[in-house]
Amino acid sequence: MSIDIGTHDTFPKLLQHHALVRGALPAIREKDLGIWQTWTWKQFADEARALACGLAARGFKRGEHLALVGDNRPRLYAAMCAAQCLGGIPVPLYQDAVAAEMAFPIQNAEIAYAVAEDQEQVDKLLEILPQCPTLEHIYYDDPRGMRHYKRPQLSSYDSLLELGRESLARDPAFLEGEIAKGSGGDTAAMFFTSGTTGTPKGVVLTHANLIDRAKVAAELEGLNERDVVLAYLPPAWIGQNVFSYAQPFVTGYCICCPEAAETVMSDMREIGPTYYFAPPRVLEALLTQVSIRMEDAGRMSRFFYRYFMGVASRVGGAILDGKPVGIIDRLLYWLGDLCTYGPLRNVLGMSRVRVAYTAGEAIGPDLFRFYRSIGINLKQLYGSTETSVFVCIQPDGQVKADTVGPAVKGVELKFTPSRELVIRSPGLFKEYYKNPQATMEAKDREGWFHTGDAGYFDADGHVKIIDRVKDVGKLSDGTLFAPKYLENKLKFFPYIKEAVAFGDERERVCVFVNMDMDAVANWAEKRNMPYSGYTDLASRDEVGDLIRECVEKVNADLAAEPEIANSQIHRFLVLHKELDADDGELTRTRKVRRGAIAEKYQPLVEALYGGKESVHVQAQVKYEDGRTGMLSADLKLRDAKTFPPAAARKAA
Amino acid sequence: MSRADQVGDVILSVESVSLAFGGVKALQEVTFDVREHEMRAIIGPNGAGKSSMLNVINGVYHPQQGKIRLRANGAWREFRDMDSHEAASLGIARTFQNIALFKGMTVLDNVLTGRNLKMRVSFLEQAIWVGRARREELEHRRAVEEIIDFLEIQHIRKTPVGKLPYGLQKRVELARALAAEPSLLLLDEPMSGMNLEEKQDMCRFVLDVNDHYGTTIVLIEHDMGVVMDISDRVVVLDYGRKIADGTPDQVRANQAVIDAYLGVAHG
Repeated sequence: MSIDIGTHDTFPKLLQHHALVRGALPAIREKDLGIWQTWTWKQFADEARALACGLAARGFKRGEHLALVGDNRPRLYAAMCAAQCLGGIPVPLYQDAVAAEMAFPIQNAEIAYAVAEDQEQVDKLLEILPQCPTLEHIYYDDPRGMRHYKRPQLSSYDSLLELGRESLARDPAFLEGEIAKGSGGDTAAMFFTSGTTGTPKGVVLTHANLIDRAKVAAELEGLNERDVVLAYLPPAWIGQNVFSYAQPFVTGYCICCPEAAETVMSDMREIGPTYYFAPPRVLEALLTQVSIRMEDAGRMSRFFYRYFMGVASRVGGAILDGKPVGIIDRLLYWLGDLCTYGPLRNVLGMSRVRVAYTAGEAIGPDLFRFYRSIGINLKQLYGSTETSVFVCIQPDGQVKADTVGPAVKGVELKFTPSRELVIRSPGLFKEYYKNPQATMEAKDREGWFHTGDAGYFDADGHVKIIDRVKDVGKLSDGTLFAPKYLENKLKFFPYIKEAVAFGDERERVCVFVNMDMDAVANWAEKRNMPYSGYTDLASRDEVGDLIRECVEKVNADLAAEPEIANSQIHRFLVLHKELDADDGELTRTRKVRRGAIAEKYQPLVEALYGGKESVHVQAQVKYEDGRTGMLSADLKLRDAKTFPPAAARKAA
Repeated sequence: MSRADQVGDVILSVESVSLAFGGVKALQEVTFDVREHEMRAIIGPNGAGKSSMLNVINGVYHPQQGKIRLRANGAWREFRDMDSHEAASLGIARTFQNIALFKGMTVLDNVLTGRNLKMRVSFLEQAIWVGRARREELEHRRAVEEIIDFLEIQHIRKTPVGKLPYGLQKRVELARALAAEPSLLLLDEPMSGMNLEEKQDMCRFVLDVNDHYGTTIVLIEHDMGVVMDISDRVVVLDYGRKIADGTPDQVRANQAVIDAYLGVAHG
């Protein structure tokens, strides 16, 4: 299906176009005072135009930046378009960032104009005002609590709109001229990447970048003006921005803004989106909620749920993929849909979902299959801010739990000898703002963008991302060693909380495993296994065997992947204490610090590779009150079965 | 504009009020006043007569002596034995120390009950629900939704109150009191039994109410930190008598107050 957007090469032109051809259709809804309030495309266009004139009257110039601080609100998106009408560049900032984090983007882009949602955001901007002398105009949307604010920089969104309406009535031609001056090559928006590694960088994207990618992905999925999206993730994140700004501007679909962060679930049920995005953590939280509620359900419901989920996990995925399934199973699945999957989808607010994406981090195969098995077309995609999101998408019928799909139209992909994924695409960003050094490092002379992600093509030509390039190593026989990939595979088991894989420049792979206390304790209770605490439980042979089963399942999986079959796990141990950020073993965001752990537990690593049966450890632990204590334990080192690559299918 | 500029003239004055239950003298000759838009706290040790004082102001108890003068709709009213529904119609609303909500009803319905006195159409019209009744209901719903939005309880709009945690129930009670669009709001220990975070939220909401709606607030509270932070003036009661009255700083330095709270050495 192709989407005709004619010669409209910028977002403001697209908005004019929609106001003409589907002026009466809903563009954006917001739940306010308990009622869904709708802006049609015509109203949206009117608001954006008036606001643009207001900004112009206040001296906003072509090429100037407009900071947007707030949640998904119609007015925020109107402000975004208003800036673009004048050839300005909206810079959405994370609404949950602390004030200090907002200072950098504002200083970096010398931003003079900002639109803030409410008092909370205004307070943050006022707090950093001394560091950001360029910031001269702050417009707030919600006047609540703003009565006593008398700073000269402040005025209300409403007053700006009023000013704009007057000036628009006086000189309607001015804005037409401004909009016509824009072209696809102009900068459409700037997104600051999170600064986990060094200072944030402003990613400059043009109208052409965003419109091209939005259009290609919309065509692939057949999106149209009847689709509905719930906008519930931060608008400063490129993904949300594409789903709630770029794509609706291309296809004309309607976006809905929830009432508050706490009402997202019920708002979603009311709206019934047809197109949905959720990062794995959201999907996981939803599934946990469902599981907990099922535990509390009556015996009958529980029985039906268990029985039909069994049917679904057997054939649900295949039915969704359109693969042949026996008539009995089809009948059972149909029944299950009637009694279980249908109502379940309804509770999740996903009854009408045609296309759902997940991305951002590795998703557990069981979690992924759960949603697909109950008939929700959940797929993975790959992309980043620098690529205007869409690089790879799994097409319908070719969905796998462990790949991100083949390249979408227009994207060229290849892997460098160091296994880094590099990309050429019409969606590739123009530059990092005021940072030619970083731009040059990321984008080479031939226009390839270096993603920093390592991976390879699987047998069907799907891209498989395994780790960050800087973490990937090699075994001594040259096999690729991707520690995070192995660790993630282990962590998908409920009994394993953390894992640390070793193997760079070594012959074989060994891992440390941290059991999940809650899950394993529960498991032990059901078996009437007495234990005195974490260390005791972790040292039990039964637990060792339990973990061994998990490790061997991972090995069987790995054997099926020729590229990394040799990185199967040969030996492992169950750690006697939980890895902890206080002991310097995890980062504050709970990522394992592999280097620090290898150093701290050097004797354990050596023992694993030395073939010893057990080893005595003493470790210092820090308690939360700052005291330190010693833990000592005898750890058993265990071998895990590995599989020859060819025999993998049978064993698995 | 600072807070001091906002506070207006006296709106309520309590003049030598005494209340006794048999031989128990709950209040003895208590006199104080409350100014418009003010945050006025009543504090005191257990059994000092704080709740009795509130109950006198909103007509639940009738004092044996003294009088209460209230400025409502621009005119002064003087009374000693007023019914509580009269008090409500004069613009006094309150919350209770132990929550008094309808547990089986949703948050929305509970807050709507706060509009009770503003409902004009007859029972019959309500039942048929045409014309005036319908218009009126929409109006009330809008007013209630604005309060729900103001107190950020949208996510529990349709939840039965009995299922809510304590802190949220307190907020719902505040919402119901606000639904009556009171000019004088009496809060009986709005932060009792709350954890720190809930207290902070509640403080913010109480301050916001005072600021946004301009409501005059009289509150009883045990948490000294809260009282000293948010109130403009504080009355201190002990054994039914007023022992101090003034700004938080004055009260804090008052020897009688320190004695009442910490006890006196009996030598």
